Amino acid sequence: MNHSSDKLAIETRRLRKVFGQKVAVEGLTLEVRRSEIFGFLGPNGAGKSTSVKMLLGLVVPTAGEARVLGQPVGDVEVRRRIGFLPEHFRFYDWLTAEELLGVHGRLYGMAHGLLRERIPELLELVGLGEHRRQRLREFSKGMLQRIGLAQALLNQPELVILDEPTSGLDPGGRRLVRDIIKAQRERGCTVLLNSHLLGEVEVTCDRVAFIKHGRVLESRRLDAAAGETRVRLRARNLGSETLAGLERWATEVSSNGERFTLTVRSADTLPELARYLIERGADLYELMPEKKSLEDLFLEIVGTEGGL
Amino acid sequence: MGAWVMAGVTFREAARKKLLLMALMAGLAFIALFSTGLHFQQKDLYARQMGPLIVQEAARAFIMMGLYAVDILAVVMTALTSVDTLSGEIASGTIQAVATKPVSRRQILLGKWLGFVGMMTVYMALMVGGVVVVAYWISGLTPRHLMLGASLIWLECVLLLNLVLFFGTTFSTLTNGVLALGLHGLAFLGGWIEQVGAALHSTRAVTVGIVASIIMPSESLWRRAAFEMQSPLVGALNISPFSNASVPSKVMIGYAGLYMLAFLGLAARRFSRRDL
Repeated sequence: MNHSSDKLAIETRRLRKVFGQKVAVEGLTLEVRRSEIFGFLGPNGAGKSTSVKMLLGLVVPTAGEARVLGQPVGDVEVRRRIGFLPEHFRFYDWLTAEELLGVHGRLYGMAHGLLRERIPELLELVGLGEHRRQRLREFSKGMLQRIGLAQALLNQPELVILDEPTSGLDPGGRRLVRDIIKAQRERGCTVLLNSHLLGEVEVTCDRVAFIKHGRVLESRRLDAAAGETRVRLRARNLGSETLAGLERWATEVSSNGERFTLTVRSADTLPELARYLIERGADLYELMPEKKSLEDLFLEIVGTEGGL
Repeated sequence: MGAWVMAGVTFREAARKKLLLMALMAGLAFIALFSTGLHFQQKDLYARQMGPLIVQEAARAFIMMGLYAVDILAVVMTALTSVDTLSGEIASGTIQAVATKPVSRRQILLGKWLGFVGMMTVYMALMVGGVVVVAYWISGLTPRHLMLGASLIWLECVLLLNLVLFFGTTFSTLTNGVLALGLHGLAFLGGWIEQVGAALHSTRAVTVGIVASIIMPSESLWRRAAFEMQSPLVGALNISPFSNASVPSKVMIGYAGLYMLAFLGLAARRFSRRDL
């Protein structure tokens, strides 16, 4: 596993966790590249949070192995380079926002001078500048989530793990999380986003893994060209020979008069396909890729039965 | 480094929640009561023309009673302040934000330990100091071997703290409190069974007491402390409830020390390995 570790932020092999009789994570095999925004998707109870906790050393795996930033999980020093927002961020409610970040900064071993700079910056970033002297006791759920996010970015980490970062946030807060994730991408930071809000994941992630019962069912890129795409086609003068020739790109062709529906392996093939049709003398009126929404993909891959 | 941050947080929590202030106020009330009681006792005994030896022994007994109250208070305070620290933070998930920082679990535990030991030391120093100063001022007497006695009481509190931290890695706050104070209660009763048994020359009762001390040696530390601090005359005549009818041996004190260290070690081990 060593050779690839400088390109990979996270790699796991058959990572497994059993709590008593209950198998929480069956066997997670996963690779997250450096500087990637990676989404971790699955129904409730799929083992997402337990998997994340194993990566962070909060939960000890029953079997399997995992490396984070090249170090085996459980390594204390590597945590200096990791930021983490737990699912329901809670902290000593008698601290003020500013003090909370101070405590976390000292736990990271950050120098006093650096903290004096970073803390006001981060409070501004997450929109809590005015509340810096307010105690956490008086914070709303959304404000707690925001201060949790600030805490996760304090050490300018190489890897940020966010477990349901938008829970409890209003639309403005969700937008903020999205912007922050984008800013991390520009910094070259790897982000592991654990979320069941598919819309959120769709707009932020480069790649996603669908997990169920603690197994990766499928992982795929999310950019437009990736994966099978359904294409709507309207054309006349399409001979049966021409139609048969489409099989070079399409795995499935169905027709209804002059309307056709194709499934192509990748949207990258569309220009080639158009050229082919025109060269064969077809009159092309419409060639429309229909990108599958992440929700469709999710339901297709994970199924409709909800997690428990 | 991480341990000092956690120790600081523990201290700051006590200050912020006004725990220290309240403990101090309760302590002042305690000292006021103690000094008033001792003052009137001395005055009344002199008024009845009692001999100086009796007046002095009465004062020494009164001081021992005060120190016993301080001992019980310190033990209960130690257990009360630390009982929720691990189980509560594990239950609320607060610990997750701490345990994912570059600080080992041992350091987190050590930090909390340092914080609680620090607070308990301050509390004990003020309470023992208060009793001793007031007693000297009123009666001109100081307990013998005061530092040794106070150290033994301090050890008793640390022993209880370590037990509470160990239970806190596994049980809920309430269960932890019930277990720790329940065990201390057992030791307390065992101590008295041993004392009374020794006074009545019942060897089997003494054995029952010793078994209780082996299960939980906290109270035997107090009894050794009382033995060290008591009036030599009372010790020789064997007439006080704090007397040495059956003094815990040095072996028992050594055992208590090992017991204390073992539970801190077990707490660190269990906390390092458990899922959070």
